[in-house]
Amino acid sequence: MHEAASFFSWCVLVLFFYHEFRYKMGMLSSFVMPIIFVLMFSSAFFSREIKTLNPVLDSHWFEIHVIMAFMGDAAFAMAFGIGTMYLLQERYVKSRHLGDLFRKLPSLQSLDEINFRLIVLGFSLLSLAIITGIIWAHSAWGSYWRWDPKEVWSLITWLIYALVLHLRVTVGWRGKKAAMLSIIGFAIVIFAFFGIGLLQKGRHVFL
Amino acid sequence: MNILVIGLNHKTAALDVREKVAFDGARLDEAMNMLKNSGAVKENIILSTCNRVEIYAVVNDIGSGVESIKNFLSSFHNVPLEFLDKSLYVYTGADAVRHLYRVASSLDSMVVGEPQILGQLKDAFEAALRNRSTGVLLNKLMRKAVSTAKRIRTETKIAESAVSISFAAVELAKKIFDDLSSKSFMLIGAGEMAELAARHLITNGVKKVFVTNRTAARAEELAAEFHGKAVPFEDFIRELLHTDIIICSTGAPHYILKKEQLQRIMKERRQKPVFIIDISVPRNIDPRINDLDNVYLYDIDNLQGIIETNLNERAKEAEKAEKIVDEEIDSFLKWKESLSAAPTIVALRNKAEEIRKAELEKVLRKLGPMEEDRIKSIEYLTVSIVNKIIHPPTAALKADDEDKEQMLDIVQKLFNLKIESDNNDKR
Repeated sequence: MHEAASFFSWCVLVLFFYHEFRYKMGMLSSFVMPIIFVLMFSSAFFSREIKTLNPVLDSHWFEIHVIMAFMGDAAFAMAFGIGTMYLLQERYVKSRHLGDLFRKLPSLQSLDEINFRLIVLGFSLLSLAIITGIIWAHSAWGSYWRWDPKEVWSLITWLIYALVLHLRVTVGWRGKKAAMLSIIGFAIVIFAFFGIGLLQKGRHVFL
Repeated sequence: MNILVIGLNHKTAALDVREKVAFDGARLDEAMNMLKNSGAVKENIILSTCNRVEIYAVVNDIGSGVESIKNFLSSFHNVPLEFLDKSLYVYTGADAVRHLYRVASSLDSMVVGEPQILGQLKDAFEAALRNRSTGVLLNKLMRKAVSTAKRIRTETKIAESAVSISFAAVELAKKIFDDLSSKSFMLIGAGEMAELAARHLITNGVKKVFVTNRTAARAEELAAEFHGKAVPFEDFIRELLHTDIIICSTGAPHYILKKEQLQRIMKERRQKPVFIIDISVPRNIDPRINDLDNVYLYDIDNLQGIIETNLNERAKEAEKAEKIVDEEIDSFLKWKESLSAAPTIVALRNKAEEIRKAELEKVLRKLGPMEEDRIKSIEYLTVSIVNKIIHPPTAALKADDEDKEQMLDIVQKLFNLKIESDNNDKR
């Protein structure tokens, strides 16, 4: 769990730097750094003992699967940060009380667009992670899908974000609703990440 | 050498007084030259804008300087002095420096933080340089005023927030939409404030413009002015489908856009955000519209409220600015003080050198012909003695001391120095 949490935070950091330099957005670090900090901090409480990898799992599919899954989660983490920024800025504009951060925060439109792009990215990566997982599970264990808790929660996450994207494209659930959904989505990601890793025993509990 | 300013501004003089003493471009040069040649004024700069007319000057004697500048103002503009006198203010020394710094950084302006005054001051300075009406003191002072204003602009938020309806509207639009160039805008009705805001949106990038009005001819007219498209008033709600920013200012006594109507439009727009500014009184847009998702409605009071907050913020920033002004005044006065120590030091050096030369000549004459080497050694001896004696007092005069003026005075008395310029212009 230690190495998983710290790898997670490194992935978020990579995405953060990409966005920081690409968009030069004000305040982004103030909203993303706490996420990275909490992840790093929590990793400090887990055992640092690193178990050797089960030879069954050792293949290229494994590497791709893990990197996709982590980068996908990192994209959702960023979307969570951006979504929070959106909600704050939208509250300022809606209530007509332009608070202290109004001038520093980016515009609603750019926050909404970046949030959307991050969810598309995270969703694609998650889809790839699930697909590579299925292929690799077949080659390692001989079965595609075994309803282990991690698999179930990944599927739930996938469905939630699929719904977010679907609603956006069809009925225009953008802005505030999209931001709130990206926050809820990330809550589920976090639960799937820590909750399952800690509470359950399954084949994903190599962590 | 005394720095002083005589002038009037929007706080002390009504427009009918200000317009009588304003210097227009052509006569400005003439006026600066007249002052330069008047004798009483050593250096001068005239700043003339619609809100203020001020003459900055360096004079030998404050009393006669003030009098001659006042007389000049009255005679140049053919206005009796009694008519002006009650509006005129006079600041001297550090107060004059403070006044200039506050003017330059627009702390003295009608709208604190407005950017024009600095440019106007630079223009005045340039005109003065062209006419050679300034010297060491005013040149340095003006440069310091400009740099102080720039420092205040970068170190405080004095000019950051919008303090007019149209600026506030654009500021909000940019926080909702980011890039305005891909957005469309509709002007419903007409009116000075609405048109100003519209023009402002257009200069900030909005390209697609719709105009609607109950009077079709008026709509056509405004559409032509804004390079937009006139929309029949009956159809304007349909056109909202393609409109991102709405400014509404009609004389209608009722709501012309209701919540349900816009709700339908929003659904069709797939919830693309809409920013509505309703500056009509009574209001023309149903206030409940703000409850809709992705719709942001501001009425005149909301905008006024934002401006109020921004003005308060500027006032807070102005306090910080005043502190910067204080610092910069100190640094200018220090420079000026060192300047007044310079003549004393020069006089002291000259005096010592005079004595040395005279005594050396006497001795050499007494000694008669000698080898070049010996003469050189004797000369070297005198130079080094003089330098060693003079060094500590010179260093003390150059040093930054509190009772420097007193020290200058004592040195002058001790060595019986005659200094041409006066040293009594402090504070």
